Amino acid sequence: MVAIKKIIRNCRQATLLIEKQTTDKLTVKEFLSLRLHLLFCSVCRLFKKQSVAINKMMINLIKAAETNAPKLDDAYKTSLQQQIDEKIGK
Amino acid sequence: MTNELNAQQWVNQHADYLYSFAISRLNDEEQAKDLVQDTFLAALQKVDSFEGKASERTWLTAILKNKIIDVYRKKSSGLKIVSESHAMAEQEVFFEEDGHWSDKNKPTVFGIESDGKLSKQEFNSILKKCLEKLPPLWYAVFTMKVLEEETSENVCKELMLSSSNLWVIVHRAKVNLRACLQKNWL
Repeated sequence: MVAIKKIIRNCRQATLLIEKQTTDKLTVKEFLSLRLHLLFCSVCRLFKKQSVAINKMMINLIKAAETNAPKLDDAYKTSLQQQIDEKIGK
Repeated sequence: MTNELNAQQWVNQHADYLYSFAISRLNDEEQAKDLVQDTFLAALQKVDSFEGKASERTWLTAILKNKIIDVYRKKSSGLKIVSESHAMAEQEVFFEEDGHWSDKNKPTVFGIESDGKLSKQEFNSILKKCLEKLPPLWYAVFTMKVLEEETSENVCKELMLSSSNLWVIVHRAKVNLRACLQKNWL
């Protein structure tokens, strides 16, 4: 009972497991303790939702930065290709 | 079918792509420029290792990714020791001694939970601001794990972290980032 109470109280551990679960497989013990915790803790359920949303937004932000990135200027490109040509010319 | 390398067309065909890839992950135009150059030069050194299994672009991007990781590593060296001891003290703001959310700083609903209703532009600027406050190490870990879908073993190896260290970093950063968004959203 004490152990179960501890799991239900420990939001620090639960939120760490939520992060781990986004990309990795939890151990059986971790998985069960997270399930149990979330059953009783609405704040951590909210954290989980927000955490997923934040990841999505970060991916979008990086993808947008990729699409909107400035182009390299032509002078730089020319000098770059020259460097390459010199090396393969050898 | 095997792919071939044609270095005479590299700049023409891949330079802009590699540049935008680097810039989106580093937010630094000069550094991104340098890395594109480094990538081509490094690629020339190892043309012999190109087996033709991947496309030229994929192969060049893989070399660039390694260069980016080097930058992350340099940026975050020295940070680790500080952040280790900081972690616990910092966490006290969010969690009580037994790990329960502190009443003052626990998550509340602030509008990112439901899809579709976000004004993207506005959110992105807040997100950017909050990201700037994070140690570069977490940014590195995040892009590697979530965006490039690298395994944890790889990320730990590349950034020289233990596995428990990795999750502590990811967790601490997410808790801070989330709190920053909540604070600045309203």
